[in-house]
Amino acid sequence: MADVNAKGVLTAPIFHNNPIALQILGICSALAVTTSMSVSLVMALAVIFVTSFSNLFVSLIRNHIPSSIRIIVQMTIIASLVIVVDQILKAYAYEMSKQLSVFVGLIITNCIVMGRAEGFAMSNTPGMSFLDGVGNGLGYGFVLMVVGFFRELLGSGSIFGITILQTVQNGGWYVPNGLLLLPPSAFFIIGLLIWVMRAVNPEQVEDNEFKMKENTKPKEAV
Amino acid sequence: MAQGNNSIKKVLIVAFALCIVCSVIVSTAAVALRPAQQLNQELDRKTNILNVAKLYEPGMDVEEVFSEEITARVVDLDTGEYSDEFDPDTYDSFEAARDPASGRTLSGDQDIAGLSRVENYATVYLIGGEDNPEQIVLPIRGQGLWGLMRGFLAVEGDGNTIVSITYYEHSETPGLGAEVNNPRWQAQWEGKKIYDEEGDLSPEIHLTKGGASGEYEVDALSGATLTSNGVTNMLQFWLSEEAFGPYLAKFRSGTEPEDAEETDTDFEDVEGA
Repeated sequence: MADVNAKGVLTAPIFHNNPIALQILGICSALAVTTSMSVSLVMALAVIFVTSFSNLFVSLIRNHIPSSIRIIVQMTIIASLVIVVDQILKAYAYEMSKQLSVFVGLIITNCIVMGRAEGFAMSNTPGMSFLDGVGNGLGYGFVLMVVGFFRELLGSGSIFGITILQTVQNGGWYVPNGLLLLPPSAFFIIGLLIWVMRAVNPEQVEDNEFKMKENTKPKEAV
Repeated sequence: MAQGNNSIKKVLIVAFALCIVCSVIVSTAAVALRPAQQLNQELDRKTNILNVAKLYEPGMDVEEVFSEEITARVVDLDTGEYSDEFDPDTYDSFEAARDPASGRTLSGDQDIAGLSRVENYATVYLIGGEDNPEQIVLPIRGQGLWGLMRGFLAVEGDGNTIVSITYYEHSETPGLGAEVNNPRWQAQWEGKKIYDEEGDLSPEIHLTKGGASGEYEVDALSGATLTSNGVTNMLQFWLSEEAFGPYLAKFRSGTEPEDAEETDTDFEDVEGA
């Protein structure tokens, strides 16, 4: 990356180079924690914190990290930050930490964090790396919030726990879609989101690697 | 990158320094945040007690309702009488079980719940006044499949009818064993009986596979045989004469447990220490 400027580093990952929508990283936690918007928000904040500070610390010591143990060094820094986040959540947002359960700990294995530490922070200055971490965290958080919005609204008829569509169970008219509370629904929403983003930015569409032969008749294929 | 970063000396220095710095950060966070975390756990425990007694409503002031509705008492498990030796608010039965002075080791065939040690005194929570309580909430614990499960069992004032059961700490498999906290499964427990008519101290209640029938049976959790066995075993243990059996027997026979008068029981006198 030759031309790194602060604004580009911070905003590019949100739409143009979104870690989930373009790089398809960090899908696992995006499926698991997006049943409600408040949980998505806390998860997004946790990931922003971890990516930005792991990028900062990795970048600070990047000239001293022996390349033979660089992955372990990055993992140690990331793991320490995740434990700190987990402890803070347990102390100040206990209910939330119970809902997030293992997924806070699993930030350690979130490919976005590792990918940015290895791909950006190892070769850029601390300030830029920090902004890059914030940007990628925001990109992740953006997708999480969008997915969380649809899942909570259509799955339980509320936004941030505030009822928008009165559900039938509570005497209203809206029949909630139970599928949206299950993890597979996030696949559909992320898929649709990727479609929308690539329709807006056609340059994101990858080249077709496996092109079908034109005018293939069924007879020839057999 | 600087040359010589890959020398063995440099690798060791970096690895060692990183470990020291990270461990200091992690342990500082753990120690500094512990008081706040314990406060949360305490609140969570109280919420669970209210929950198992079916008094909990979302949004209520847990501390206030808890202090209004619930009286905590410490029970001498050996005799089933109340004891004033310990303050129920600070008494930690889990710690007491580990202390040789206040707990005892269970022999192999007594230890069906996999506890290895059990306390001599345990805290119970009474709802609806100390005399003639409407409900009695008993702490239970035992081995599940992956580890220790800790929870509460709420029993009606007759000392025999179950109100509900809940677990506030377990590490069972999500979707299988962790269904112990599924409200639909928990709802089955209501109205089940612990003891049969014979009046002995051996509990009859157990989980059973393939359709529970009768008042001593509850459906086992499907796909979680070892968790179900753990639940049965811990109920069998905690309701037997080794634990809350003598205490509950007083409610069944109609004689309330009394305050131990001028208790002179020192730790040394406690049997089996």
